[in-house]
Amino acid sequence: MSKKRYPRLFGILPFLGMLFLSGCNWTLLDPKGQVGIEQKNLILIATGLMLLVVIPVILMTIAFAWKYRASNKAANYTPDWSHSTKIEVAVWTIPVLIIIALGYVTYKTTHSLDPYRPLDSDVKPVQIDVVALDWKWLFIYPEQGIATVNKIVFPANTPVNFRVTSDAVMNSFFIPGLGGQIYAMAGMTTKLHLIANEKGEFDGISANYSGAGFTGMKFKAIATSQADFDAWVNEVKQSPKQLEAAEYEALAKPSENNPVALYGAAPADFFQTIVDKYEGMKRGKPVHHEKEASKEVAAVQEVDTSMHSAAGAEE
Amino acid sequence: MSSHVLNADAAHGHDHGHEEHHDSGPMTVFGFWLYLMTDCILFASIFAAFGVLSNNFAGGPSGHDIFELNYVLGETALLLFSSITFGFAMLAMYKGNKNGVLAWLAITFLLGLGFIVMEVNEFHLLVSEGFGPQRSGFLSGFFALVGTHGLHVTGGLIWMAVMMYQINKKGITATNKTRMSCLSLFWHFLDVVWICVFTVVYLLGVL
Amino acid sequence: MFGKLSLDAIPYHEPIVMVTIAMIALGGIALIGAITYFRKWTYLWTEWLTSVDHKKIGVMYIIVAMVMLLRGFADAIMMRTQLAMATGGGEGYLPPEHYDQIFTAHGVIMIIFMAMPFFTGLMNIVLPLQIGARDVAFPFLNSLSFWLLVSGVALVNISLGVGEFAKTGWVAYPPLAGIQYSPGVGVDYYIWALQISGLGTTLTGVNFLATVLKMRAPGMKLMDMPIFTWTCTWANILIVASFPILTATLALLTVDRYLDFHIFTNELGGNPMMYVNLFWAWGHPEVYILILPAFGVFSEVISTFTGKRLFGHKSMIYASGAISVLGFGVWLHHFFTMGSGASVNTFFGLATMLISIPTGVKLFNWLFTIYQGRLRFTAPVCWTLGFMITFSIGGMTGVLLAVPGADFVLHNSLFVIAHFHNVIIGGAVFGYIAGFAFWFPKAFGFTLNEKWGKAAFWFWISGFYVAFMPLYALGFMGMTRRLNSSTNPAWEPYLYVAVIGAVLILFGIACQLIQLYVSIRDRKQNMDVTGDPWNAHTLEWSTSSPPPFYNFATLPVNAGLDAFTEAKRDGSAYKAPAKYSAIHMPNNTATGVWMGALITVFGFAMIWHIWWLVVASLVGTIAVFVAHAARDDQGYMVPAEEVARIEGERLKAMGLATGSPVHGARVESFERV
Repeated sequence: MSKKRYPRLFGILPFLGMLFLSGCNWTLLDPKGQVGIEQKNLILIATGLMLLVVIPVILMTIAFAWKYRASNKAANYTPDWSHSTKIEVAVWTIPVLIIIALGYVTYKTTHSLDPYRPLDSDVKPVQIDVVALDWKWLFIYPEQGIATVNKIVFPANTPVNFRVTSDAVMNSFFIPGLGGQIYAMAGMTTKLHLIANEKGEFDGISANYSGAGFTGMKFKAIATSQADFDAWVNEVKQSPKQLEAAEYEALAKPSENNPVALYGAAPADFFQTIVDKYEGMKRGKPVHHEKEASKEVAAVQEVDTSMHSAAGAEE
Repeated sequence: MSSHVLNADAAHGHDHGHEEHHDSGPMTVFGFWLYLMTDCILFASIFAAFGVLSNNFAGGPSGHDIFELNYVLGETALLLFSSITFGFAMLAMYKGNKNGVLAWLAITFLLGLGFIVMEVNEFHLLVSEGFGPQRSGFLSGFFALVGTHGLHVTGGLIWMAVMMYQINKKGITATNKTRMSCLSLFWHFLDVVWICVFTVVYLLGVL
Repeated sequence: MFGKLSLDAIPYHEPIVMVTIAMIALGGIALIGAITYFRKWTYLWTEWLTSVDHKKIGVMYIIVAMVMLLRGFADAIMMRTQLAMATGGGEGYLPPEHYDQIFTAHGVIMIIFMAMPFFTGLMNIVLPLQIGARDVAFPFLNSLSFWLLVSGVALVNISLGVGEFAKTGWVAYPPLAGIQYSPGVGVDYYIWALQISGLGTTLTGVNFLATVLKMRAPGMKLMDMPIFTWTCTWANILIVASFPILTATLALLTVDRYLDFHIFTNELGGNPMMYVNLFWAWGHPEVYILILPAFGVFSEVISTFTGKRLFGHKSMIYASGAISVLGFGVWLHHFFTMGSGASVNTFFGLATMLISIPTGVKLFNWLFTIYQGRLRFTAPVCWTLGFMITFSIGGMTGVLLAVPGADFVLHNSLFVIAHFHNVIIGGAVFGYIAGFAFWFPKAFGFTLNEKWGKAAFWFWISGFYVAFMPLYALGFMGMTRRLNSSTNPAWEPYLYVAVIGAVLILFGIACQLIQLYVSIRDRKQNMDVTGDPWNAHTLEWSTSSPPPFYNFATLPVNAGLDAFTEAKRDGSAYKAPAKYSAIHMPNNTATGVWMGALITVFGFAMIWHIWWLVVASLVGTIAVFVAHAARDDQGYMVPAEEVARIEGERLKAMGLATGSPVHGARVESFERV
């Protein structure tokens, strides 16, 4: 029995190796955006650090179990040996050291990869507002005054600043090929900063289950040249549809596997209107001192954005 | 390992079975105390929820607009006073005074009932003015927290009624003593929770 | 009259559901028929259902857990086949409204109705024996806890045939779980099943904490409690501290759904993210509740089968304590992507990593327990070694997910699914199965078949790797969880492989069922006459297998660490005392059964808004409890002669079976080499 087990257990290891080596076909290990590349490096560094202790533990498990098998009478047997200060110190120290190293990496990267942090770049960023609906994505380009459903186009090598909210249940806005994701929550604005290092077409998904149409809640994210982007914007502007209240109301109704839609015109503050629908999240207005309260609302909104925390989340 | 040593040392009341006054009371009270700690965490969670929602008026009224502090002070007085009268019931129990226990429990019961009646009345008024829990996050948190406390007090009242019946029928037995100790813990605990409710919800709400 | 309930609630149009219901109904009828035919109703009622004996309650918990394992696994294999079929534009055989219920049910069942009762069952059987007690602190309460669990189980299973289950995922995040987005009864089934069984779990936590604090054998110090008892104690502390949060959270979701409150709604000042915080403030400690007792099992198994004391017993206790305490400060790592900001994320990321330190210490301690031991490769040892290797990998992926920068791409992907199955199957489930094999002879008096046990292990572990390693890969390929079809051709090979893994695990479960059958058939050859089949360290092995209902004829005194090993060495084991005394025991009671039944009716009535029945069942529940209390049942005395007779028979059987003084023979293997 015991002889058979080891080849099988070792068989896992090449499989694990394959898992990391053949990663070049895998989206997260072959990202096309700066954020994603840094996240990939982080994954590899963290995994490497941990393997320093995990591989020895696995090998020791196999070696000890084999060496101290009951049938091996040649091995030492010390039934009462159950304490060694030296070993205890070592087994507490080794994980502590690894975690200190990993903790340092975590501290650095959590701040540098904070999705709220604007990317360092000389190029002027493109602003895209994102609204999660049941079950499609609405994108508003406030600077260009256009809107789309389930498709975004933006220039490569240009930071893209996303503001994200939801007008239904919670979703998570995610373009795996570029990096990072952020929740889309009603009444709250979250932010995500991404950049594409090269031209290409990327899958965009919702990464948080949101009900029956969740699987079909996908979009295309296309990075092009600046010229192509400008051309595309102009093309969208020709689109007869306009994003206004009635049109939006129809769009917001639950629907699945929506095709791409283009809106030639969209108000620049449309996003904020949607967020403000759920004003109850904000500090309210006690009925009998209206004026004071509205000042308060403004103040709090400011605080909210500067602290860049999801409003109302436990802080 | 003689059984003599065992019986002398046994921590567990069950092993004293052959003695006349075997008593698992302390263990029951201890277990009940543990249960109260879980209840404490339950209240803490709902307090936290209220805290998060306490400013989400959604255009509705704030605590300042709807709370009548004098009325709530009256409620508070009833409940605090009922804790004192429960204390007298316990004292009477230790003296073996069955009628005293029953009388003090009855007074405690009435005080508690008065508290609940006042609370229900308060809720009724708020709802009829359109300030029910449906109105805003703040009011939802308020009704959830105060309502949870009210349900606990109601449960305590049912228990107290059963307790009075039991004591009336069987007298101050060891079991009844244990149960009275538990009920006493429960009742004082609810008092403490109410003091927190009063401070956090009403006082801070009005200020 | 019947609230929202009508005949439309029965899913006639869903062939899969109807066939399942038909099979369950047939199985149920066959079972009832068999019990009636063999005239076992009275036996079942008096010896089991109304029992307050912790050992029997423990066995019933494990039976429930195994039945629910089959149910949860059926869900799992349906999901895997759906995803393997729904490729290349295909829609598979499960429409979203059915598929979404299946993955929700799978999660709820496996965690709340499989893992929890399995752990509670093992703890019930073993813990009082390990501390030398006659029963738990509150035997009736223990019975009630069990029946509350059964009530939750009943509701989950009723949802299969009457109405629907939640389509929200097992976390039931609002606003999706709110009344606006989930108007059906599915979420209500979820709420009441969890609420009722959660209440039972809280009571279990209180009960077992009181038991270890107040009922240890005279002279047993806290630090001398066996490690399994200690890890269960930490789990119970976590239960007592975290389950009330679940109770409160579900109650708040309930008033949102039933009374139009705005606590977790989008509108009017509700705050859905508060639910997410509260849920995980319970949910994260919950996973430690599952894993810590499994750590305890592995410790017992490894120290027994190496014939050695556990390395670093104290260190293990402190490590478990550190895991428990830290486990409360890490809940936010389940949603780094909420946008809490870098500082908050860093805090929770680092707190999570700290947990890997005590966990790592535990792994080393097991290693050094094997070191210079005499390891016997029994089935429980196979599970333990499999765990040590598998869990190292699962722990590593877990720490990776705790790095916020990495979590931003891995969150909610199949990588997460692979990770938590890696630690829950490779940690908790392996531990429970090891514990099941380890203590089975204690509970039933005969050992399990080793061959089938090892076959089960090999199928399970290979099935685990084949099923879940591809999921890690799919996570890296950007496949998110809870998709009902695959839209990327590159994913397909991995999804096919995962099905093969699920089938291998199915074979593993089949082996376990065969193992049970074979072991029961051959029980005469595998009798455990001594009560100590493994030559183990702790007190539960000092009494007979199965133990008499009073556990110990005389309570052990001054039991220290590895008390039974000490007793075997100094020759005090298996000695009849000079004189037996009468023993006080609690009476069986049907109150728990009735209360459980009435509370099930209450839950069902709440789900379907049948208000008169809500009131009636609630009043009934209280009335049954008050009537129980009014009886003032003081239990009964087992006369000393009866104890002497039972113990005499045991000693006689042992003498006949071994032909020599038992302790002499067994001590030998423990002498220093």
